[in-house]
Amino acid sequence: MSTESQRHVPPSVKGVDRDQDMSEHSLAIEARNVDFYYGNLQVLFDISLLVPERSVTALIGPSGCGKSTFLRTLNRMNDLIDDTRVSGKILIEQQDINSDDVDVVLLRKHVGMVFQKSTPFPKSIFDNVAYGPRIAGEKNKTYLADLVESCLKQAALWDEVKGRLTDSAMALSGGQQQRLCIARTLATTPRIILMDEPASALDPASTSRIEDLIGELCSQYTIVIVTHNMQQASRVSHRTAFFFEGRLIEFGPTTQIFTNPAEKKTEDYITGRFG
Amino acid sequence: MSADSVAAPKITFTPGADNRVRRRLLWSNLVRQACRIAVYSAIVVLLVLLSVVFWLSIGWLDAQFLQSGTSRLAERAGIKAGLWGSFWLILLTAVISLPIGVGAAVYLEEYASDNRLTRTIKTNLANLAGVPSIVYGMLGLAAFVKMFGLFGGLRSGLQLNLGLLVVPLPFGKTVISGALTMSLLILPIVIIAAQESLRAVPRSIRIASLALGATRWQTVWRQVLPAALPGIATGAILAISRAIGETAPLLMAGAVSMARIYPGGIESPMDLLDPSKVGAAPFSAYTTMPTAIYEYIKIPEEEFAHVAAAGIVVLMIVLTVFNAAAVVIRMRAAKKVKW
Repeated sequence: MSTESQRHVPPSVKGVDRDQDMSEHSLAIEARNVDFYYGNLQVLFDISLLVPERSVTALIGPSGCGKSTFLRTLNRMNDLIDDTRVSGKILIEQQDINSDDVDVVLLRKHVGMVFQKSTPFPKSIFDNVAYGPRIAGEKNKTYLADLVESCLKQAALWDEVKGRLTDSAMALSGGQQQRLCIARTLATTPRIILMDEPASALDPASTSRIEDLIGELCSQYTIVIVTHNMQQASRVSHRTAFFFEGRLIEFGPTTQIFTNPAEKKTEDYITGRFG
Repeated sequence: MSADSVAAPKITFTPGADNRVRRRLLWSNLVRQACRIAVYSAIVVLLVLLSVVFWLSIGWLDAQFLQSGTSRLAERAGIKAGLWGSFWLILLTAVISLPIGVGAAVYLEEYASDNRLTRTIKTNLANLAGVPSIVYGMLGLAAFVKMFGLFGGLRSGLQLNLGLLVVPLPFGKTVISGALTMSLLILPIVIIAAQESLRAVPRSIRIASLALGATRWQTVWRQVLPAALPGIATGAILAISRAIGETAPLLMAGAVSMARIYPGGIESPMDLLDPSKVGAAPFSAYTTMPTAIYEYIKIPEEEFAHVAAAGIVVLMIVLTVFNAAAVVIRMRAAKKVKW
């Protein structure tokens, strides 16, 4: 029998206060009745979810439950896949991101994304971080140098790379590459950062660095993170959404989801009975 | 040890009398030798050809040969007209075919959605690359030299005056007709090579670039093309090398065979400083190195075997220089990408 008292929730990382009152925070993301289709195959059913600004929301669920697909609807990366369709409304800072006059390029500048597999460009470390601002038209060299430094510092990578910014980013270790990708995303000064299993390919030490980093970043950015690792979800997030077979089964404060879930399916999943 | 444990059979690492193992090893060695013979036979044939050509050219490949036009007198015959003709032909072919070829490949790989039309185009590009070059020659003759007779005959056509450029319509037997024909011929090769290189760039790089708010074009220009450039350059140079050596389509589409003809009247690099000559070059009659060599070989007198050999040596030197340049370009481009 699992009861509330027996269930152990790991302590959260520094910077994430799971009991924080978010009622004063305005809404960063508002998804209303979102359905999503690959061709004729419906993979998301009626997803509605509110994300307050400057918070961390974890999306959990078994493989194929639609959590990554949902994440990609938030910066319209699904547009890159042929024959997909989304219905319902997704508002980011009160603006419908699927409306006709929205430019995806601007959307993605403000809603950054970090992928499961780190994808540094085959360029120098500096050029990787400076890529976002450069494509947005930034040419001022001192500004770029300052920005690259501050982003690398925010991503806790500066001390490891400061002497070799012109080296290839491909020479960095897996964990460093992933932090570089986070620094690169920060350089576009986004409001929201989407993370698609950012630590699943990393060793435990690098994973814990990424988690600490999320704790530091959430005071400035709204973070939505997809993760397979339930301990990770409980450590880094304020709120947790449990997806199953394309439906949002339960969404609430992380402490409650992990100690006292309302739904049987959620309880089965977080206690490891399936998934 | 329990009583019923059986001792493991003895193992050996030498083939000994095992016929099956011996046969496998023998076969492996046979294939290895056969492959070696394949390599050496190709090299030997090439070496024999090259030494014969070099041997024949001795005494004929001299300053006079490099400074004379095509001629029916052996002692006056040279390759200079062919050199300049080939220079203009290849320059224009490259200028026309590379942007179109790379552009088509970028469209097919980066922009076009995967539907029946694009699939048909992709499949048929390979077929186009296999069409005999003489067919392109006939197409060039009809489409560029004569322009289907739309502007009257070759002598009664129009003249389009565009300042420095005086464009004859139809183009007639001019460098531009030849270059357009050559472009048609090598476009499939350029496109296929560029497509392969673009496809070799990981999709994750494109996704990451787009996720940072880059447009399609910024992604192509700043990420995909630099990473694909070494491969694209190699394919382009191979295609251009093929164009340098092509003869058949040009015989159809208008290279003049026996003549001292210099496109635009340009006979030395200094003449390149004269804009009116440069402007006239594309619309001049021309001959090329392979056409000149072909004409020399056809002449029965024995001296012309030597003249032709000298021409072949010059052609091969030009090709070698070209390929060396390709290697340098490739290495430089590869250095910029920091894999």
